[in-house]
Amino acid sequence: MSTVLEVNNLSISFGGLRAVDDFNINIKNGALYGLIGPNGAGKTTVFNLLTGVYKPDEGKIFLEGENITGKSTMDINKAGIARTFQNIRLFKNLTVLDNVKAGLHNSFGYNTVTGILRLPKYYRVEKEMDEKAMELLKVFDLDNEALYLASNLPYGKQRKLEIARALATDPKLLLLDEPAAGMNPNETKELMDTIMLLKNEFKKTILLIEHDMKLVSGICEELTVLNFGSVLCQGKTSSVLSDPEVIKAYLGDD
Amino acid sequence: MSFISYLINGISLGSVYAIIALGYTMVYGIAKMLNFAHGDIIMVGSYVIFCLMSGTGMSPLVSVILSIVCCTALGITVEAIAYRPLRGAASPLAVLITAIGVSYFLQNTALLIFGANTKQFTSVIKMEPIQLFSGQVTVTGETLVTIVCCLIIMIVLLTFINKTKAGQAMLAVSEDQGAAKLMGINVNGTISLTFAIGSGLAAIAGMLLCSSYPSLTPYTGSMPGIKAFVAAVFGGIGSIPGAFVGGIILGIIEIMSKAYISSQLSDAIVFMVLIIVLLVKPTGLMGKKIQEKV
Amino acid sequence: MKKIKMSKHLKDNLTTFSIVTVAFIIVEILKATGHISSLMKGLLVPVCIYIICAIALNLCVGILGELSLGHAGFMCIGAFSGAFFSKCTQDVITFAPLRFTLAIIIGALFAALFGFLIGIPVLRLKGDYLAIVTLAFGEIIKNVINVLYVGKDTDGFRLSLKDTVSLHLSGEGKIIINGAQGITGTPNDSSFEVGFVLILITLIIVLNLINSRDGRAIMSIRDNTIAAESIGINITGYKLMAFTISAGLAGIAGVLYAHNLNSLMAQPKNFGYNMSITILLFVVLGGIGNIRGSVIAAVVLTLLPELLRGLADYRMLIYAIVLIVLMIFNWSPKILELRKKYSIKGLIGAKKAGEVK
Repeated sequence: MSTVLEVNNLSISFGGLRAVDDFNINIKNGALYGLIGPNGAGKTTVFNLLTGVYKPDEGKIFLEGENITGKSTMDINKAGIARTFQNIRLFKNLTVLDNVKAGLHNSFGYNTVTGILRLPKYYRVEKEMDEKAMELLKVFDLDNEALYLASNLPYGKQRKLEIARALATDPKLLLLDEPAAGMNPNETKELMDTIMLLKNEFKKTILLIEHDMKLVSGICEELTVLNFGSVLCQGKTSSVLSDPEVIKAYLGDD
Repeated sequence: MSFISYLINGISLGSVYAIIALGYTMVYGIAKMLNFAHGDIIMVGSYVIFCLMSGTGMSPLVSVILSIVCCTALGITVEAIAYRPLRGAASPLAVLITAIGVSYFLQNTALLIFGANTKQFTSVIKMEPIQLFSGQVTVTGETLVTIVCCLIIMIVLLTFINKTKAGQAMLAVSEDQGAAKLMGINVNGTISLTFAIGSGLAAIAGMLLCSSYPSLTPYTGSMPGIKAFVAAVFGGIGSIPGAFVGGIILGIIEIMSKAYISSQLSDAIVFMVLIIVLLVKPTGLMGKKIQEKV
Repeated sequence: MKKIKMSKHLKDNLTTFSIVTVAFIIVEILKATGHISSLMKGLLVPVCIYIICAIALNLCVGILGELSLGHAGFMCIGAFSGAFFSKCTQDVITFAPLRFTLAIIIGALFAALFGFLIGIPVLRLKGDYLAIVTLAFGEIIKNVINVLYVGKDTDGFRLSLKDTVSLHLSGEGKIIINGAQGITGTPNDSSFEVGFVLILITLIIVLNLINSRDGRAIMSIRDNTIAAESIGINITGYKLMAFTISAGLAGIAGVLYAHNLNSLMAQPKNFGYNMSITILLFVVLGGIGNIRGSVIAAVVLTLLPELLRGLADYRMLIYAIVLIVLMIFNWSPKILELRKKYSIKGLIGAKKAGEVK
């Protein structure tokens, strides 16, 4: 299996604090990979580094062999990494449908003049975008809310919409930042099914941050545990979760 | 020698800007909003002095004190009625647009009461000019009082903030409103106090400004207000010494460009300074950087 | 469901166009039958100018989500470049409609060019800073035009920032832009009919832009810049695009303004920041982001005080109060909560409360 994401010796400091220190990861095509660790371990910082929100002090990031280190967030998305956010970031005043269509922005194109003059191409491409977006919304069971404003969706559905929007950019690697945060057990169960669907039907490679151990042990094949910015343990889910070091990091020393 | 006299005039005008800028910078630092109506409070304060002195023949000192009281009350009222309801609004533009509305309101109220005609403001400062360099440079009493006032205000304000409990509360609120509230600080009260101080200073600035430039209209406050905001940004918004330094430098730049470049372009030059500062060092000379958390 | 959506925004836009057209026809009938006072007649072109400006500013404030207080400056550039062109070609192009069309295009392009150039540095800033810097640029434009002297003689154009004498014009040369006196003798090409056509063009550009791929990108930046970037949207590019188009449209309003007067001067009352704020008033009172609202607000707020003469003195005061009240009513977190609780929809228990209006 080919490697989708390869990260070598990634580090970043914020004013003397080493937030991420010598981070390495290798994610194979089609994998469902988990990034776990206590609060403040630097998990979201890793996501921010991978998506170009922060520029790393050291280290290299390769996406399918292409060096994307130091590129802008926009270019990294175009190269094939899409993400969701821990604190949901939807386009609140746009409809659910338009949120997904915004994700399709770079996959479907017509120029500004075509849009303003409403040339035939405008209608054709918009129709294609509508169809594609509805298709995606159906996967997440959001098609009945397509014309709702995103801000009017219940919390669980907002999380799903964020994933749908990220998926719309047709990424090679999907980063999910605590997708189950704030969900009840039923919603989490449903979310696990959806993530499995992304893996099996959409053949997406997924890296997710999660605190819900049920979700992590239930669907992730491999794990990396971060503690104080550095990798504590890495490997198959079952062996990582039984590692005494990991248990110590989670439960404390005593 | 004319250079020195321009320099002194610049420092004097800059002192007025600095006093106004202090109001801006404190409000911005603590309430995180640009109080667009701050300049118009200057105008209100000046009209109060004008009415009391020429209308009722009150002494300058009493008029100034009453003007400060009026402006302080006005500042607190405006904050409570117009700005407080918008704290925590989804868009940061909401409170800015409201502040523009307040500015409009004050200007048009003054217009209705006093009309558009220019009122001749009688200087509050009765002091003989001082001759320097054997009479080559004349420093008016207004100029001198303005500079001294500005220095005193600076020192008092810095002492207040660093040495008193209320001042420390202000620092805490400016750092983190939520945390300050949890620590038992009365956030609303602290913000009110900030507006009170800022508006009181605006009244003093109005008195000084109109004593040196004695024509008073409903729009007297708006341009100096905007320039003082430029000064606050220049010095680094939220920083009290920054407002002082920014104000003085801006005053000097304005007077110098009036004298040596073009009187019509002096405003343009002042605004150019703002643009350059914001592009080169957006946090100003003494400001802090704030980054959005992802 | 998709069908509904397409026809929904189409229907919305058609309503806007119908309102504008019907209003135009009514005014034309009133004019033809002499039922309109000369005072009202004089206000028809200014109303068109305000409408175009309000639409342009709403694109910037409501759709892009950035508050510009410098749109009077873009109007000023449009006015002067358009009038400059007309003045120079008055003898060459004698067919007025053609000359005016070209003047409008030139005014729009110049304003857009300045919007683009100013946008590059300005759009790096946010919120309050952006507002104050656009205000600064607007004032700079006004001040520079006030010291700009341009003349023309047999050798071509001459330019000075000092006075007319330093232009060193030869005998038959004439002054075109005379500093603070501005441009005099611009042909009076503006009319209510032209204004109406320009309003339609502005509406087509803005409404179609909003409901297109680019419009979606612009609004996604407004709603959440970080998220927009994460799905590959070019933030700088789209911000600049919206700002430039907005400036260009304000330029069109400027050209219309310049060709409605005999002498064009850049004064605080027509191109100062108070003008920008007046236009902002229309945008806010009509509803931020609501294009049709801007059109209606611009008409009502310009005509109302003229119709109710007794109120004329109080009109700005009333506007200011309405502005403040409206902002608090629409944005205050506490009031929004109350409105949600006691909304008519909520009381009836309508299920569709979540759906877009």
